[in-house]
Amino acid sequence: MIRVIAAEWRKLRRPTLFLGTLGAALFFTALTTTFLYLMIDSEQGNSDRGRQVGREVLGLASGSVYGFASVGGLLGIIALCVFAAQTAQEYTYGTLRNLLVRQPGRIRILIGKLIAMKIFALILVVIAAIVSISLSYFLSDHARVTTDLWFTSAGFTEIGKTLLNVSISVIYFGIVGMVLGLLLRSPISAISIGVLWLLIIENLIGAVKPVTLEWMPGNQLSTIAQGGSQNLDYSHALLLGSGYVILGAVIAAVLFSRRDVAN
Amino acid sequence: MQIAIKANDLSKKYDSGFAVSHANFEVPLGTICGFVGPNGAGKTTTIRMLLGLITPTGGSATILGESINHPEKYLSQVGAMIEGPAFYPALSGEENLKVLATLGGFPIERVKELIKTVGLEGRGHSKYKTYSLGMKQRLGIAAALLPNPKLLVLDEPTNGLDPEGIQEVRDLLKKLAQNGTTVFVSSHLLSELELISEYLVMLRKGEVVFAGTMKELLLQQQPVILVKTENPADLVKVVEIAQAAGHSATIRSDVAHIEGPADWAGFLNRKAFESGIVLTELSPQLPNLEETFFEMTGDRS
Repeated sequence: MIRVIAAEWRKLRRPTLFLGTLGAALFFTALTTTFLYLMIDSEQGNSDRGRQVGREVLGLASGSVYGFASVGGLLGIIALCVFAAQTAQEYTYGTLRNLLVRQPGRIRILIGKLIAMKIFALILVVIAAIVSISLSYFLSDHARVTTDLWFTSAGFTEIGKTLLNVSISVIYFGIVGMVLGLLLRSPISAISIGVLWLLIIENLIGAVKPVTLEWMPGNQLSTIAQGGSQNLDYSHALLLGSGYVILGAVIAAVLFSRRDVAN
Repeated sequence: MQIAIKANDLSKKYDSGFAVSHANFEVPLGTICGFVGPNGAGKTTTIRMLLGLITPTGGSATILGESINHPEKYLSQVGAMIEGPAFYPALSGEENLKVLATLGGFPIERVKELIKTVGLEGRGHSKYKTYSLGMKQRLGIAAALLPNPKLLVLDEPTNGLDPEGIQEVRDLLKKLAQNGTTVFVSSHLLSELELISEYLVMLRKGEVVFAGTMKELLLQQQPVILVKTENPADLVKVVEIAQAAGHSATIRSDVAHIEGPADWAGFLNRKAFESGIVLTELSPQLPNLEETFFEMTGDRS
């Protein structure tokens, strides 16, 4: 298993992939966090879907990670793209046959790849958290937000909780990407279908019939990152989100272990 | 005789029919065995079944004494390049080999050594996507050699190589066989296979039409006398002379192919002279793999 993880890591650590993905993650993190503080008095809102997040909320113990939690869904989409591409490219490049000749344990290959990609995603999450918290701290003065509670023990607990929630959410998004990659065997199809569903179709359905968002997979995973939302309970999102991810992973694993490798 | 590969009624059936049907053959340990057949004959499907990538729908096979149902028991001793080289374009040749060396648990130092062996020194750090077809092929062979294999399975290893590269691969395979490695190689370059293979497995439409030594195969075939005439219209008369003497003969591309022993060429020459035919070529040929292949597979594509 260690060998599979190390081999996968050799592919993930290449500068164009690692720095490119990190750049995208940091861009969205910085953008979300900066808007949160610089547009604090804007009537158009300073958070997702035009929501207004005031000084009293940002001044709470959880204020330091508000921006980071808000960007969790976008970090998840990035993870979905990376996991989907890394999985599906084995089919398009024809490299899966090389991997399976060197390591015939198919489930071992799958789990090893997943662990390596999880490590990759967690590194991104931790760096994004550091950047978001640092930016929040530097912009708090300008936005006249008090930070007295941010670095208390309650504040650190909030940081830990949010880090955990965003990590779970990002990894779940990544697993969804991996499942799509295994099922569709094409990076372009896997990424476009995943992103189209999560960013557009779910929102369209939700706009027409808001109650459906309670059951939409993407909404569950974004809500996990935020530690729950006004419309969706955290435990509901965690339970349902875990159910979707486990179901998808089991189906993909069974198919992967039984399917002929004919390309 | 120890056996490296043994197939017993090995079959793969799809909805459209059999890709491989009841294949039976053996490849002795430490030999070079050619694996030939027209396009779509089932060579790659057979190779994929032997490597555990495709599940057979019937029959069985063993590799190095282990059932193909348990590829984990033998693949650490097998090197393979299936259907051409396949690597990550954004990684260098060397990094691509390191991915496979890490995965297989082989020493990383072996990568540099193999890069040199296949003649890619100086280009190991270049990205795979910048490689020519020949360089990709060389990298594929290097990847197959990573485990220091007891059995090497190569599918068209000389595709895209220049004549010098083809000769290098031929020498490399001979050297590996001398050191005890069994080489199972499919190729369209039949003249190359004839030079290096002791054994041959020939497929046609998913069925094994021959499995045995090269010598046995060539002995099954009649020697041929090739005849060209000054006037191509005279070829018909030459064929008639041959047929009258009980030899089968055909005309292909302005050359008469007459089945018969080399010493019959003198008789033919005399008969042609008496009939006023001027022969510009009279060339007795021993059976070769290419002719035999066409004969047995009916494939002239």
